[in-house]
Amino acid sequence: MFVYADNAATTAMSKTAVDAMLPAMHELYGNPSSLHRKGRDANLALIRARETVAQCLNAEPREIYFTGCGTESDNWAITEAARLGAERGKRHIISDPIEHHAVLHTLKKLEKQGFQVTYLPVYEDGVVRLEDLEKALREDTCLVTIMFSNNEIGTVQPIREIGALCRERGILFHTDAVQAVGHIPVDVEADNIDMLSLSGHKFHAPKGVGALYCKKSIRLRNFIEGGAQERDKRGGTEAIPAILAMAAALEESCAHLEENRVKVCAMRDKLIAGLSRIPNSRCNGSPDHRAPGIVSFCFEGIEGESLLLRLDLAGICASSGSACTSGSLDPSHVLLALGMPHEIAHGSLRLSLCEYNTMAEVDYILEQVPQVVRELRQMSPVWSRMLETMPDPYR
Amino acid sequence: MAMEYSEKVMEHFAHPHNVGTLEDANGVGEVGNAKCGDIMRMYLKISDDEIIEDVKFQTFGCASAIATSSIATDMIKGKPLAEALTLTNKAVVEALDGLPAVKIHCSVLAEQAVKAAVADYYKRKGIPYEHPCDGCAQEGCCGHDHGHEEE
Repeated sequence: MFVYADNAATTAMSKTAVDAMLPAMHELYGNPSSLHRKGRDANLALIRARETVAQCLNAEPREIYFTGCGTESDNWAITEAARLGAERGKRHIISDPIEHHAVLHTLKKLEKQGFQVTYLPVYEDGVVRLEDLEKALREDTCLVTIMFSNNEIGTVQPIREIGALCRERGILFHTDAVQAVGHIPVDVEADNIDMLSLSGHKFHAPKGVGALYCKKSIRLRNFIEGGAQERDKRGGTEAIPAILAMAAALEESCAHLEENRVKVCAMRDKLIAGLSRIPNSRCNGSPDHRAPGIVSFCFEGIEGESLLLRLDLAGICASSGSACTSGSLDPSHVLLALGMPHEIAHGSLRLSLCEYNTMAEVDYILEQVPQVVRELRQMSPVWSRMLETMPDPYR
Repeated sequence: MAMEYSEKVMEHFAHPHNVGTLEDANGVGEVGNAKCGDIMRMYLKISDDEIIEDVKFQTFGCASAIATSSIATDMIKGKPLAEALTLTNKAVVEALDGLPAVKIHCSVLAEQAVKAAVADYYKRKGIPYEHPCDGCAQEGCCGHDHGHEEE
C-alpha cells in the first residue's frame, strides 16, 4: 500500500486546480499588463482570481497581493510592519518560538537592526496565552505576529482574541496562516487580522504561489522593486496559471471546508488513539486546539529519521518534523520550545492528512508504525537502557 | 533539502547485519549521546588468540548511523583484533558507496565504537591500551572528526 501522509509539507494538486491551470497555460498566455486582447483576457482572469481569494478570506480584492510563496508573504508583512513601527519610533515586536523559520529568521534579522522581540511562552501544549500577551504588550510594540496553526504539531492559536487585543491597542497583527487557510475557517474581519500569509500548495494548488492579505488602511510598501504589478507593490509579471489554480483550489477547499474537516478529524482522531497505544509514546501539541490533519508523536528510545525512512520503505510518506528543516541534524525547534528534552525530540514523527486520505490508509499506518517503532527499539541502546528501569512493555 | 543515501546504505539500514547484544561479550564500547541524536554500542567476543569471533551492535540514530554500524560489524567480524583496529571511518564510507556530507560523523562514530569496545577488552584484561581517540569518548558527542578523514 502507498500512503501519502505528509500534507503539511505539501499537497497533491486537485483536479480543479489542474483544470484551472491548463487553459491558463494554453490560452491565457498574455501579460496582464499588455493592452491588447491577450493581455486584457489575462488581466480579467487575474481580477477574478483576486476576487475569489478575497471572498474566501472575507477581505476586499484590493487587500490581496499575490506572491511567490508563504515565506515571501511572511517576510514582506513583518518587514513592512516593522518599518511602519520604526517610523513612529516603535521597535518592539511580539511573537512566539514555534513560528515557521520564514517568521523567525525575519525577526532575527530585525533584531540585528535594533528591534526588540519578545517570544511568548507556548507551554507544553504549544498554545499562546492571552494573559502572557497582555503582559508583553508595550507602548512601543508595533507588531504581534502569531501563526494561525502550527505546521509541526497542529496547535491552533486563539487568533480572534489575540487580534482583538491588538486592535484595542492599535497594534498591527500578522498571522502566518499557511497551515490554516483552506483547512479551518479564516475570516480576516471576524478574526481581527491586519495581515495574513497564505501558500497555495498547502491546499492543492501548485507550488510557487502564495498571497498576502494586507488591510487597506496599512500603507504597505513594495518588497520587490520593478513594474506596476500588484498595484505597484510587487514588481514581476504575475504567474497567471499558478494564481488561477490557487484561486480555484481555495474556492473548492472553502466550499467543502466543513465536510473535509469532519472527515479529516475523524481520521486524525483514530490515528491519535491508535498511536497512543504504542508504549512510551506521546502525542505532541494541544488535544483541544488542533488543526484537522496534523498528528505529531514522539516515541522514546528511537530516532526520527530512521523511523521516517523505515516507514518510507513500507510505503508511507511521513515527516519527522517540518520538511523545511529535515536537512538539519538538530531536533525540531518547535518540540524543544514545548520543553521536550533533546533525546525525546529526536524521536518525532509527523503524519499530516487531508481529505484525499482514507480510513483504510489510516488502518495501514496503524499497522506499520507500531511494528517499525518496535523493530527500531529492539536495536536501540537507549531503549535497552530504559528497560533496566522499567518492565518491558512488549512482554 | 532531501538527502540522498546510496543503495548500499539503504540495504544495510533496511536489513542491518549483526543487530543485538552478546551475552558473553568480553569487550563492550559505547559512543555518542542521545542529545546529539546518535548512540552506538558495540559488543565484541574476542578469542584468546585475539580473533573477533562474534560482534553485535545496538544503535540509536539515523539511517546512516544504523548502516555504518551494520557494515562496520561486517568488516571486523572474524578478523584479528590488530586488523580490526585499522578500520577507518573512510573505509566505512567507501564500503557504503559514500555518505552525505552531513552524515560523515556517523562513520566516525562507527570507527570509534569498535575502538571503544577494543579498549574495554584490553581494560578487562588489564592490558594497557591507549584509546586512540579519547576526545570522542570524553565529549561523547557526534561530529568531532578528531583528525579523521572526511570525504
